[in-house]
Amino acid sequence: MELDMDASSLSNGMGVENELHVLAVDDSLIDRRLVEKLLKNSSFKVTTAENGLRALEFLGLGEDQKNNLKTTGSKVNLIITDYCMPGMTGYDLLKKIKESNALKEVPVVIVSSENIPTRINKCLEEGAQQFMLKPLKQSDVKKLRCQLMT
Amino acid sequence: MDVVQLQKQLADYTRSLFNEGFLDDQFNQLQQLQDDSNPEFVVEVVSLFFQDSQRLVNELAKDLEQQSVDFKKVDAHVHQLKGSSSSIGAQRVQKACISFRNYCDEQNIEGCLKCLQQLKNEYSLVKNKLETLFKLEQQLLEAGG
Repeated sequence: MELDMDASSLSNGMGVENELHVLAVDDSLIDRRLVEKLLKNSSFKVTTAENGLRALEFLGLGEDQKNNLKTTGSKVNLIITDYCMPGMTGYDLLKKIKESNALKEVPVVIVSSENIPTRINKCLEEGAQQFMLKPLKQSDVKKLRCQLMT
Repeated sequence: MDVVQLQKQLADYTRSLFNEGFLDDQFNQLQQLQDDSNPEFVVEVVSLFFQDSQRLVNELAKDLEQQSVDFKKVDAHVHQLKGSSSSIGAQRVQKACISFRNYCDEQNIEGCLKCLQQLKNEYSLVKNKLETLFKLEQQLLEAGG
Protein backbone atom coordinates (compact mmCIF):
# COMPACT_ATOMS: atom_id res chain seq x y z
CA MET A 1 0.00 0.00 0.00
CA GLU A 2 1.43 3.35 -1.00
CA LEU A 3 1.44 6.00 1.70
CA ASP A 4 0.87 9.42 0.25
CA MET A 5 2.34 11.64 2.92
CA ASP A 6 3.24 14.76 0.99
CA ALA A 7 2.19 18.13 2.32
CA SER A 8 -0.74 18.68 -0.04
CA SER A 9 -2.66 15.58 0.95
CA LEU A 10 -2.24 16.34 4.65
CA SER A 11 -3.28 19.94 4.37
CA ASN A 12 -6.55 19.28 2.52
CA GLY A 13 -7.82 17.09 5.31
CA MET A 14 -7.21 13.70 3.79
CA GLY A 15 -5.77 11.13 6.14
CA VAL A 16 -3.31 8.47 5.16
CA GLU A 17 -6.15 6.21 4.10
CA ASN A 18 -7.42 8.88 1.70
CA GLU A 19 -10.63 9.11 3.68
CA LEU A 20 -12.94 11.90 2.56
CA HIS A 21 -14.85 13.68 5.30
CA VAL A 22 -18.37 14.89 4.65
CA LEU A 23 -20.52 17.17 6.78
CA ALA A 24 -24.21 16.39 6.17
CA VAL A 25 -26.79 18.92 7.35
CA ASP A 26 -30.52 18.14 7.57
CA ASP A 27 -33.24 18.92 10.10
CA SER A 28 -34.89 15.51 9.53
CA LEU A 29 -33.49 12.73 11.72
CA ILE A 30 -34.57 10.11 9.20
CA ASP A 31 -32.78 11.87 6.37
CA ARG A 32 -29.65 12.33 8.48
CA ARG A 33 -29.64 8.61 9.19
CA LEU A 34 -30.13 7.78 5.53
CA VAL A 35 -27.48 10.12 4.17
CA GLU A 36 -25.04 8.95 6.81
CA LYS A 37 -25.50 5.32 5.75
CA LEU A 38 -25.28 6.18 2.06
CA LEU A 39 -22.04 8.07 2.63
CA LYS A 40 -20.50 5.43 4.89
CA ASN A 41 -21.31 2.76 2.29
CA SER A 42 -19.19 4.79 -0.13
CA SER A 43 -16.31 4.93 2.37
CA PHE A 44 -16.80 8.51 3.44
CA LYS A 45 -16.22 9.64 7.00
CA VAL A 46 -19.43 11.37 8.08
CA THR A 47 -20.44 14.05 10.55
CA THR A 48 -24.08 15.10 10.68
CA ALA A 49 -25.60 18.35 11.91
CA GLU A 50 -29.27 19.07 12.51
CA ASN A 51 -29.19 22.73 11.52
CA GLY A 52 -27.08 25.46 9.96
CA LEU A 53 -25.86 26.89 13.26
CA ARG A 54 -24.48 23.55 14.43
CA ALA A 55 -22.90 23.08 11.02
CA LEU A 56 -21.16 26.46 11.24
CA GLU A 57 -19.92 25.68 14.75
CA PHE A 58 -18.45 22.42 13.53
CA LEU A 59 -16.75 24.24 10.69
CA GLY A 60 -15.30 26.84 13.04
CA LEU A 61 -17.58 29.66 11.89
CA GLY A 62 -19.81 29.76 14.94
CA GLU A 63 -20.76 33.12 16.53
CA ASP A 64 -18.46 32.68 19.51
CA GLN A 65 -15.62 31.37 17.39
CA LYS A 66 -15.36 34.31 15.03
CA ASN A 67 -13.33 36.46 17.39
CA ASN A 68 -10.96 33.71 18.34
CA LEU A 69 -8.22 33.66 15.74
CA LYS A 70 -6.89 30.38 17.03
CA THR A 71 -10.10 28.45 16.42
CA THR A 72 -9.96 26.16 13.47
CA GLY A 73 -12.96 24.14 12.47
CA SER A 74 -12.77 20.51 11.55
CA LYS A 75 -11.59 19.90 8.02
CA VAL A 76 -14.18 18.59 5.62
CA ASN A 77 -13.91 17.73 1.95
CA LEU A 78 -17.59 18.16 1.15
CA ILE A 79 -20.71 19.66 2.66
CA ILE A 80 -24.13 18.26 1.78
CA THR A 81 -27.03 20.31 3.03
CA ASP A 82 -30.80 20.14 2.78
CA TYR A 83 -32.35 23.27 1.32
CA CYS A 84 -35.54 23.47 3.42
CA MET A 85 -34.58 23.87 7.03
CA PRO A 86 -36.25 26.07 9.65
CA GLY A 87 -34.19 29.12 10.64
CA MET A 88 -31.10 29.02 8.47
CA THR A 89 -31.90 27.45 5.10
CA GLY A 90 -29.37 25.46 3.09
CA TYR A 91 -29.02 28.50 0.86
CA ASP A 92 -28.20 30.73 3.84
CA LEU A 93 -25.63 28.19 4.98
CA LEU A 94 -24.12 28.05 1.49
CA LYS A 95 -23.73 31.83 1.49
CA LYS A 96 -21.97 31.85 4.85
CA ILE A 97 -19.57 29.16 3.70
CA LYS A 98 -18.74 30.97 0.46
CA GLU A 99 -18.18 34.21 2.41
CA SER A 100 -15.52 32.53 4.53
CA ASN A 101 -11.95 32.59 3.30
CA ALA A 102 -11.21 29.42 5.21
CA LEU A 103 -14.09 27.45 3.71
CA LYS A 104 -15.06 28.91 0.35
CA GLU A 105 -13.15 26.22 -1.55
CA VAL A 106 -15.12 23.38 0.08
CA PRO A 107 -17.69 22.04 -2.38
CA VAL A 108 -21.27 22.41 -1.17
CA VAL A 109 -24.05 20.21 -2.53
CA ILE A 110 -27.63 21.30 -1.93
CA VAL A 111 -30.34 18.64 -1.74
CA SER A 112 -34.08 19.22 -1.91
CA SER A 113 -37.25 17.22 -2.31
CA GLU A 114 -38.58 19.90 -4.64
CA ASN A 115 -37.48 20.45 -8.22
CA ILE A 116 -37.82 24.23 -8.50
CA PRO A 117 -35.68 25.78 -11.27
CA THR A 118 -35.43 29.24 -9.65
CA ARG A 119 -34.28 27.60 -6.44
CA ILE A 120 -31.71 25.50 -8.28
CA ASN A 121 -30.34 28.47 -10.22
CA LYS A 122 -30.14 30.58 -7.09
CA CYS A 123 -28.01 27.94 -5.38
CA LEU A 124 -25.76 27.35 -8.35
CA GLU A 125 -25.21 31.10 -8.76
CA GLU A 126 -24.20 31.34 -5.13
CA GLY A 127 -21.53 28.74 -5.76
CA ALA A 128 -23.12 25.40 -4.97
CA GLN A 129 -21.23 22.57 -6.61
CA GLN A 130 -24.42 20.73 -7.42
CA PHE A 131 -28.09 20.51 -6.68
CA MET A 132 -29.56 17.05 -6.11
CA LEU A 133 -33.06 15.74 -5.60
CA LYS A 134 -34.09 13.84 -2.50
CA PRO A 135 -34.20 11.04 -1.68
CA LEU A 136 -30.56 10.44 -2.56
CA LYS A 137 -29.59 7.10 -4.01
CA GLN A 138 -26.39 5.11 -3.67
CA SER A 139 -25.61 5.90 -7.32
CA ASP A 140 -25.81 9.66 -6.57
CA VAL A 141 -23.30 9.31 -3.76
CA LYS A 142 -20.96 7.18 -5.85
CA LYS A 143 -20.97 9.89 -8.54
CA LEU A 144 -20.13 12.51 -5.91
CA ARG A 145 -17.21 10.49 -4.73
CA CYS A 146 -15.88 10.18 -8.28
CA GLN A 147 -16.22 13.92 -8.79
CA LEU A 148 -14.33 14.65 -5.59
CA MET A 149 -11.52 12.29 -6.43
CA THR A 150 -10.73 13.94 -9.78
CA MET B 1 -43.86 -23.83 7.55
CA ASP B 2 -40.46 -24.67 6.18
CA VAL B 3 -37.89 -22.16 5.00
CA VAL B 4 -38.89 -22.40 1.34
CA GLN B 5 -42.55 -21.75 2.12
CA LEU B 6 -41.65 -18.86 4.41
CA GLN B 7 -39.44 -17.37 1.72
CA LYS B 8 -42.27 -17.58 -0.77
CA GLN B 9 -44.72 -16.06 1.69
CA LEU B 10 -42.35 -13.16 2.33
CA ALA B 11 -41.69 -12.60 -1.38
CA ASP B 12 -45.40 -12.69 -2.22
CA TYR B 13 -46.27 -10.31 0.58
CA THR B 14 -43.50 -7.87 -0.35
CA ARG B 15 -44.57 -7.93 -4.00
CA SER B 16 -48.17 -7.17 -3.04
CA LEU B 17 -47.07 -4.09 -1.11
CA PHE B 18 -45.35 -2.75 -4.19
CA ASN B 19 -48.21 -3.72 -6.51
CA GLU B 20 -50.76 -2.01 -4.30
CA GLY B 21 -48.65 1.14 -4.18
CA PHE B 22 -47.93 1.08 -0.45
CA LEU B 23 -44.20 1.02 -1.13
CA ASP B 24 -42.09 2.34 -3.97
CA ASP B 25 -38.51 1.86 -5.14
CA GLN B 26 -37.12 3.97 -2.31
CA PHE B 27 -37.95 1.07 0.03
CA ASN B 28 -35.74 -1.15 -2.14
CA GLN B 29 -32.97 1.44 -1.76
CA LEU B 30 -33.35 1.19 2.01
CA GLN B 31 -33.08 -2.59 1.95
CA GLN B 32 -29.97 -2.36 -0.22
CA LEU B 33 -28.36 -0.05 2.33
CA GLN B 34 -28.71 -2.68 5.04
CA ASP B 35 -25.63 -4.81 5.55
CA ASP B 36 -23.88 -6.93 8.15
CA SER B 37 -22.52 -3.85 9.89
CA ASN B 38 -26.10 -2.60 10.25
CA PRO B 39 -28.47 -5.60 10.12
CA GLU B 40 -31.34 -3.66 11.70
CA PHE B 41 -31.06 -0.61 9.48
CA VAL B 42 -34.44 -0.88 7.75
CA VAL B 43 -36.32 -1.57 10.98
CA GLU B 44 -34.50 1.32 12.64
CA VAL B 45 -35.32 3.86 9.95
CA VAL B 46 -38.93 2.68 9.59
CA SER B 47 -39.36 2.95 13.39
CA LEU B 48 -38.11 6.53 13.21
CA PHE B 49 -40.70 7.12 10.50
CA PHE B 50 -43.50 5.69 12.68
CA GLN B 51 -42.53 7.93 15.60
CA ASP B 52 -42.16 10.99 13.45
CA SER B 53 -45.44 10.39 11.61
CA GLN B 54 -47.41 9.92 14.78
CA ARG B 55 -46.02 13.19 16.12
CA LEU B 56 -46.82 15.05 12.90
CA VAL B 57 -50.36 13.68 12.63
CA ASN B 58 -50.99 14.85 16.20
CA GLU B 59 -49.56 18.28 15.41
CA LEU B 60 -51.74 18.54 12.31
CA ALA B 61 -54.87 17.72 14.29
CA LYS B 62 -53.98 20.51 16.74
CA ASP B 63 -53.15 22.94 13.93
CA LEU B 64 -56.57 22.41 12.33
CA GLU B 65 -58.46 22.76 15.62
CA GLN B 66 -57.30 26.34 16.07
CA GLN B 67 -59.81 29.20 15.94
CA SER B 68 -57.71 30.81 13.28
CA VAL B 69 -55.86 28.16 11.33
CA ASP B 70 -52.24 28.95 10.53
CA PHE B 71 -51.92 27.38 7.09
CA LYS B 72 -48.19 28.02 6.96
CA LYS B 73 -47.78 25.84 10.02
CA VAL B 74 -50.04 23.16 8.57
CA ASP B 75 -48.08 23.21 5.33
CA ALA B 76 -44.76 22.99 7.18
CA HIS B 77 -45.94 19.90 9.07
CA VAL B 78 -47.29 18.24 5.92
CA HIS B 79 -44.05 19.06 4.12
CA GLN B 80 -42.10 17.25 6.85
CA LEU B 81 -44.34 14.21 6.59
CA LYS B 82 -44.10 14.23 2.81
CA GLY B 83 -40.33 14.24 3.15
CA SER B 84 -40.06 11.40 5.60
CA SER B 85 -42.59 9.20 3.79
CA SER B 86 -40.70 9.80 0.56
CA SER B 87 -37.43 8.89 2.26
CA ILE B 88 -38.66 5.45 3.26
CA GLY B 89 -40.74 4.75 0.18
CA ALA B 90 -44.20 5.02 1.78
CA GLN B 91 -45.75 6.08 -1.50
CA ARG B 92 -49.42 6.32 -0.55
CA VAL B 93 -48.65 8.43 2.50
CA GLN B 94 -46.51 10.68 0.31
CA LYS B 95 -49.32 11.07 -2.23
CA ALA B 96 -51.80 11.92 0.52
CA CYS B 97 -49.41 14.66 1.65
CA ILE B 98 -49.30 16.11 -1.84
CA SER B 99 -53.11 16.41 -1.96
CA PHE B 100 -53.06 17.89 1.53
CA ARG B 101 -50.66 20.63 0.49
CA ASN B 102 -52.91 21.63 -2.38
CA TYR B 103 -55.79 22.25 0.06
CA CYS B 104 -53.37 24.21 2.28
CA ASP B 105 -52.52 26.44 -0.65
CA GLU B 106 -56.24 27.07 -1.15
CA GLN B 107 -56.66 27.65 2.60
CA ASN B 108 -59.52 25.15 2.46
CA ILE B 109 -60.16 23.88 5.99
CA GLU B 110 -62.72 21.26 4.98
CA GLY B 111 -60.37 19.91 2.38
CA CYS B 112 -57.53 19.83 4.89
CA LEU B 113 -59.61 17.97 7.44
CA LYS B 114 -60.57 15.36 4.84
CA CYS B 115 -56.92 15.01 3.86
CA LEU B 116 -55.87 14.59 7.47
CA GLN B 117 -58.32 11.73 7.80
CA GLN B 118 -57.00 10.15 4.63
CA LEU B 119 -53.46 10.65 5.85
CA LYS B 120 -54.27 8.91 9.14
CA ASN B 121 -55.79 6.00 7.20
CA GLU B 122 -52.83 5.62 4.87
CA TYR B 123 -50.34 5.89 7.69
CA SER B 124 -52.23 3.28 9.69
CA LEU B 125 -52.35 0.92 6.72
CA VAL B 126 -48.66 1.18 5.84
CA LYS B 127 -47.72 0.79 9.49
CA ASN B 128 -49.65 -2.48 9.71
CA LYS B 129 -48.23 -3.71 6.43
CA LEU B 130 -44.64 -2.96 7.42
CA GLU B 131 -45.07 -4.52 10.85
CA THR B 132 -46.39 -7.66 9.16
CA LEU B 133 -43.46 -7.60 6.75
CA PHE B 134 -40.97 -7.40 9.61
CA LYS B 135 -42.73 -10.27 11.40
CA LEU B 136 -42.47 -12.44 8.31
CA GLU B 137 -38.77 -11.61 8.00
CA GLN B 138 -38.28 -12.50 11.63
CA GLN B 139 -40.08 -15.84 11.17
CA LEU B 140 -37.86 -16.63 8.21
CA LEU B 141 -34.71 -15.80 10.18
CA GLU B 142 -35.82 -17.98 13.07
CA ALA B 143 -36.57 -20.86 10.71
CA GLY B 144 -32.99 -20.64 9.51
CA GLY B 145 -33.59 -18.71 6.31
